[in-house]
Amino acid sequence: MTDNRYQCWGRYPRVRQEVRKLYWRDEPVPMEAIGDSAFLPFGNGRSYGDVCLNEGGTLLDCRQLDRFIQFDPDTGILRCEAGVLLSEILHLTIPNGWFLPVTPGTQFVTIGGAIASDVHGKNHHAAGTFGCHVRRFELLRSDGARLICSPEDNAGLFGATIGGLGLTGVVTWAEIQLHRINNPYIDQEIIRYKNLDEFFALARESDQTFEHTVAWVDCLAKGKQLGRGLFMRGNYAKHVEGKTPKPSTMRLTFPIDPPFTLINGLTLKLFNSLYYRKQWSDRAKGLVHYEPFFYPLDRIYAWNRVYGSKGFFQYQCVVPTDQMEESIREILKRIGSSGVGSFLAVLKLFGDKSSPGLLSFPMPGATLALDFPNQGEKTLRLLDQLDEVILQAGGRIYPSKDARMRPEVFQNGYPDWKSMEAYMDSHISSSFWRRVTEQL
Amino acid sequence: MRKTLIIGATSAIAQATARLVAEAGDAMYLVARNESRLMAIADDLKIRGASAVHTGVLDVLDYDRHTAVIGGAIKALNGLDLVLIAHGTLPDQKACEQSIDLTRTEFEINALSTISMLTSLANYFEEKQQGTIAVISSVAGDRGRKSNYVYGSAKGAVTVFLQGLRNRLQKSGVHVLTIKPGFVDTPMTSGFKKNLLWAKPEDIAESILHSINSKKDVTYTPWFWCYVMYILKRIPERIFKKLGL
Repeated sequence: MTDNRYQCWGRYPRVRQEVRKLYWRDEPVPMEAIGDSAFLPFGNGRSYGDVCLNEGGTLLDCRQLDRFIQFDPDTGILRCEAGVLLSEILHLTIPNGWFLPVTPGTQFVTIGGAIASDVHGKNHHAAGTFGCHVRRFELLRSDGARLICSPEDNAGLFGATIGGLGLTGVVTWAEIQLHRINNPYIDQEIIRYKNLDEFFALARESDQTFEHTVAWVDCLAKGKQLGRGLFMRGNYAKHVEGKTPKPSTMRLTFPIDPPFTLINGLTLKLFNSLYYRKQWSDRAKGLVHYEPFFYPLDRIYAWNRVYGSKGFFQYQCVVPTDQMEESIREILKRIGSSGVGSFLAVLKLFGDKSSPGLLSFPMPGATLALDFPNQGEKTLRLLDQLDEVILQAGGRIYPSKDARMRPEVFQNGYPDWKSMEAYMDSHISSSFWRRVTEQL
Repeated sequence: MRKTLIIGATSAIAQATARLVAEAGDAMYLVARNESRLMAIADDLKIRGASAVHTGVLDVLDYDRHTAVIGGAIKALNGLDLVLIAHGTLPDQKACEQSIDLTRTEFEINALSTISMLTSLANYFEEKQQGTIAVISSVAGDRGRKSNYVYGSAKGAVTVFLQGLRNRLQKSGVHVLTIKPGFVDTPMTSGFKKNLLWAKPEDIAESILHSINSKKDVTYTPWFWCYVMYILKRIPERIFKKLGL
């Protein structure tokens, strides 16, 4: 049946689609109910754009596959069904001294989704993507075949499924290697920096000695201050003594669904200049709990409503190392002169650890993530202008955050996209895939 | 450490409740029809903190094995403190109207098999003089409606049976809990269009655990169903029969 509760996180586009649910890992894909239309595996709907939508087709909701299968507290190897959320994994493994090897900025994604998007985090320069830590998984195809995929077995499908946007089949369970920790705390340092040059210097230096690094950028700053922001870096704390910070138990839900965006020129300016000055000194050091460090936005459920019913666009690009300083400068300039500001602008250097994923997003270079309220044509035009810079630099856009890039931007950014077709399940498709593989 | 038996362990409400029970560290005995799914749940509950998980495969229509399975659970756990009976089906009302065989089978699954198990469990707990018997009935058992009166009358039979059992076991200190969920989003109801009235199995599980701990007799879950049913039960039959609900 159709069910319009199934949306993407950016709430744009909105589409009509049928929904079926998978409840057990031994169940076949319900092809009889799905019929001739294409289906798409769906996790927790935290992708921003249409990689998790299937207009006119069927979504196969796999969130109910949420059982743990095996956990070895000595080796940190965990096997669980694909609908388990990262938050549920942490709840189980942290008391045993294990953390996720890689985590995105929200813990409310499923492990199947983390594989399908080959997510990355603040430790990309040290650990690579999520897919680098997947040992094996089971892939259920529409014809009923069940394939165990690992770097050794069905290696082609293994690589095509990591970052494969759900197009190769249904991941029913996966096995990952967790990361050893001594406690749930991070030794954090926040440094206020004045411009882009300072960012690049800080990032290069910090990536040698810090496991996690990222910067928040005040994207309204111009001229000599272009790219100014706060650089955050941290390591898993080795030993903690005495009083430790408690995670906030406060959980808010953004309560209303405003008809228009609350993020506008005024609130943006206010937020950006206040946030830049959130600490008195240029350097602040301290011990923090992992939740505010990795998941600051998770404390407000449904924060995406702040952008109003028209939704918003995420824009995350990467540009290769040799071009990155110029390109990032140019992108920030274009955003600055457009007058369409971004509330959350995040800048980070990716490392050179390559992912097994065929369509994995990260590459060595700089990545910038921004979000923009959907103001129709005006916003789309700006994003197209940013794409020009990316194309020229040989960079690319992150599919799981996209809802609008043109086919040529995708096809140039992912030259291997054609070889994906050999691994795709013929009954699976998504709104995103149809959009970006259109004939040029 | 509580010793808990769950009948119908692969049902969505039972699974959600079992997780809460496992996190509390219970020793558990799970009974269901499908062995591989039963094992999937057992592995999950062990990892989530259950101190022990045993399993028994049973088709509830196999009455002859009821006593043996319950006896097996008592033996494996070395006693019982809590039992949750959660198995059931949602009959196709229209098909039942055309088939007495189907109607009888549905009644056996949803009423008689439960009553059969309650008969031996009641005697065990009565002798033990303590413990909790929790059974999932339904708001549908509160009043017959044309859209699902086969299911409703089976659940109604369970509800009345439990009233009598509670009355009998009261002096033995045994807690008998009747759980009446409203609309719950589970595989059993996958064919229905969902709206705001639909609850998640996790929410039902929380309320079941709360009702067990606070020794409630009857619980409507989510809570607003107690008001909905209060009104529905009071509509005079000569009006109700015309409503076509």
